[in-house]
Amino acid sequence: MTNSQFTPGVAPGRLSPERYAANFQDVAPPLTAHAAAVAADRCYFCHDAPCATACPTTIDIPLFIRQIATGTPEAAAKTIFSQNILGGMCARVCPTETLCEGACVRMEAEGKPVEIGLLQRFATDTLLEKQGHPFTAGAPTGHSVAVVGGGPAGLACAHRLALKGHKVTIYEAKPKLGGLDEYGIAAYKAPEDFAAREVAWLLQVGGIEVVTNWALGRAGDGTLDDLLGRHDAVFLGIGLSGVNALSLPGGELATPATEFIAALRQADDLATLPVGRKVVVIGGGMTAVDAAVQAKLLGAETSTIVYRRAQAEMPASVHEQEHAATHGVRIICNAAPVAIHAVAGGLEVEFARTETGGAGLRMLDDTFRLKADQVLSAIGQTLGALPEGVKTAGPKIGTDGAGRTSLARVWAGGDCAPAGEDLTVNAVAQGRDAAEDIHSFLMGA
Amino acid sequence: MADLRSNFIGIKSPNPFWLASAPPTDKEYNVRRAYEAGWGGVVWKTLGAEGPPVVNVSGPRYGVIYGGDRRVMGINNIELITDRPLEVNLREIKSVKRDYPDRALVVSLMVPCDEESWKAILAHVEDTGADGVELNFGCPHGMAERGMGSAVGQVPEYIEMVTRWVKQYSRMPCIVKLTPNVTSILPPALAAKRGGADAVSLINTVKSVTSVNLDDFCPEPMIDGKGTHGGYCGPAVKPIALNMVGEIARYAETRGLPISGIGGVTTWRDAAEFLAMGAGNVQVCTAAMTYGFKVVQEMISGLSDYMDRKGFTSVEEIVGRAVPNFSEWQHLNLNHVTKAVIDQEDCIKCGRCYAACEDTSHQAIAMGEDRTFTVKDEECVACNLCVDVCPVDCISMKTLPLGTVDPRTGRKVAPYANWTTHPNNPGSSNYTCGITAAE
Repeated sequence: MTNSQFTPGVAPGRLSPERYAANFQDVAPPLTAHAAAVAADRCYFCHDAPCATACPTTIDIPLFIRQIATGTPEAAAKTIFSQNILGGMCARVCPTETLCEGACVRMEAEGKPVEIGLLQRFATDTLLEKQGHPFTAGAPTGHSVAVVGGGPAGLACAHRLALKGHKVTIYEAKPKLGGLDEYGIAAYKAPEDFAAREVAWLLQVGGIEVVTNWALGRAGDGTLDDLLGRHDAVFLGIGLSGVNALSLPGGELATPATEFIAALRQADDLATLPVGRKVVVIGGGMTAVDAAVQAKLLGAETSTIVYRRAQAEMPASVHEQEHAATHGVRIICNAAPVAIHAVAGGLEVEFARTETGGAGLRMLDDTFRLKADQVLSAIGQTLGALPEGVKTAGPKIGTDGAGRTSLARVWAGGDCAPAGEDLTVNAVAQGRDAAEDIHSFLMGA
Repeated sequence: MADLRSNFIGIKSPNPFWLASAPPTDKEYNVRRAYEAGWGGVVWKTLGAEGPPVVNVSGPRYGVIYGGDRRVMGINNIELITDRPLEVNLREIKSVKRDYPDRALVVSLMVPCDEESWKAILAHVEDTGADGVELNFGCPHGMAERGMGSAVGQVPEYIEMVTRWVKQYSRMPCIVKLTPNVTSILPPALAAKRGGADAVSLINTVKSVTSVNLDDFCPEPMIDGKGTHGGYCGPAVKPIALNMVGEIARYAETRGLPISGIGGVTTWRDAAEFLAMGAGNVQVCTAAMTYGFKVVQEMISGLSDYMDRKGFTSVEEIVGRAVPNFSEWQHLNLNHVTKAVIDQEDCIKCGRCYAACEDTSHQAIAMGEDRTFTVKDEECVACNLCVDVCPVDCISMKTLPLGTVDPRTGRKVAPYANWTTHPNNPGSSNYTCGITAAE
């Protein structure tokens, strides 16, 4: 280790191997069997439970917790997976404090919810460790469906279609399935290659063919028309492949945070990843937090999130903000980037103070500069190029409630489609529900 | 600090909390620790006759019923009486009593059902300086197969006969410990009284099997592939014990017979309830076995605070206070009407009251769009189930004042009237054969 946290510029290997390992271990360690039993005991088994209502995939939470409490975690896992086949990942990445746990009646009673996320992880881990897949593909219907995009929406859609007996082909542009679970979320949320292990387990259902490094519309791969020619229906789970660019002088000096995170997720050795001594992240969402925290964990001396609006408006949850703060990330609010300047020995990001008034965000004359060796921009992702004929609704693909697009035999779901926050759990719900609708359509119901 | 001193049938102790005859009181070492922790008295684990002692199993001796978070709700035990030589126990009893003269020390006895056996053991016990004896007519396991324990306690004539021998051959106060494994507790209590018992203690353990091993298909505790019934104790049996204590306390012919209350006493509150139902003191086992001897300190402070709050200056003032209100069903006021009321401020919207009422009761709770739960007075029969299942105790029963109309029946709340005078009661002089005036 020749470099340290104080090495100027952008450098790899700032930490010892032990430090990297410790920094990127499981952020929320799993419950032991005893801890799970104690946690499960706290569930009141509510009628028409608010937690289940708050879950985008409507997992029967009181039932699965009761199954854990009675010593049958595999049955609990089956309860979870029957609604949400990515229940293992969701247990790790869901913002439970705003979903199930936020709705737990124990919040009202004593401000401490039942640890639903950790219990879900306990149940799903138990089943996954046994390597068995609890579902089998249905009897073949003779229909075939193309699923474009192997992220959470596509995987959920493919699995549900397989259960119904349809032949499914997943077309994925990247080398691996998993989408943001594989490339996008912070490493410490799903360590030990969990995303890939979950995908492999999911595919055990059978009846799903996988084509990777295949991008829709790319020469040599295929078009939507090709897919419609080969398959009876197409599901688009193509996510948001573009990023909003920083349109300001020097904007090109910033790196998209998504690229930084993807490289980190795919790195075999974290010590090879260069990271700035001083890192500035522009944005206020989950991606900004994931990037800023991981920059710090990679050995950045300072990591600062700068968000243009007030802290209360940050898209990152309070839990995420606290997570950033406890890892030494500084959060500056009400400051909008004006320019990135290349100066001797690095960069300087110039910000203008902002004020939220009646007419929206107003930039003030008051400016300041932050020194930076690395600037990451996390100001939102956008739809990539769409096949001809697919209509948009605002920034997303337009769909009806069942996920049908403007084109016949084409459905869409996940981050590329509207409704709800861009969360894994929402993508799963949309993929699953689209599969149900595709099934009804194909079977003539 | 209230005065907790207790005088139970002439046996004095600094507080009314005694350890029951059971595994915790089998040895000098344990009993000394108990006294040091603050227990007012101890009933030494049951002694048997002279000669080779009984033998206990060395497989598991206890089974258990858990509540949430593995809280022990009930223990089932198959341990027999002391398996240590009689002379060792007697020597230890003498030594302990000498060192703790202010504490109660009663010796539990179980010997074969013949006069000579009882005569012989009593002489030995008197030599120890113990304060009294307790006749173990209660244990339902093991010893009962040999004609002792509950085998005696289930035959009132035997109870009377043995009690008479004990009073004949000893000057020591005599407590008769009763088994709950009978259809009515009154004949055994009466028999003890006729035999001259100074007091009864109850309940001994309830015949039970706590669990079944589902791999070996064997009742538990499992000893080398076999299980046997045991005696059940702990918080789970408290309701059975309170009823039996209360029955003896209110029944005309047993009223006034001193009672040592036993059965699931875990906190000061349990103890106070036993006292109010007619017990002169209480005996504890499972709470000590679960948490250790220190639990008595909470019992002492809790009972003391309660007495101070209520203005009671002696334990005797609590004894039997609830007995006049321990009524038979037929004397309950059938005109008393209450309705459940949900405190919306405290409600956490779990909906358990709704599920319980809708699925298993009277469909008397409405669930609003926003999960607001409200009681439908026109359906509520005041069963109290919603109160019982509410996890945050936000439901209470409100009494309808005299003269107000009960929306369920459309009738005005009338003054006290019970089943004995009810027109539907064939035994009542108001009986109408179900024919109403309108017909």
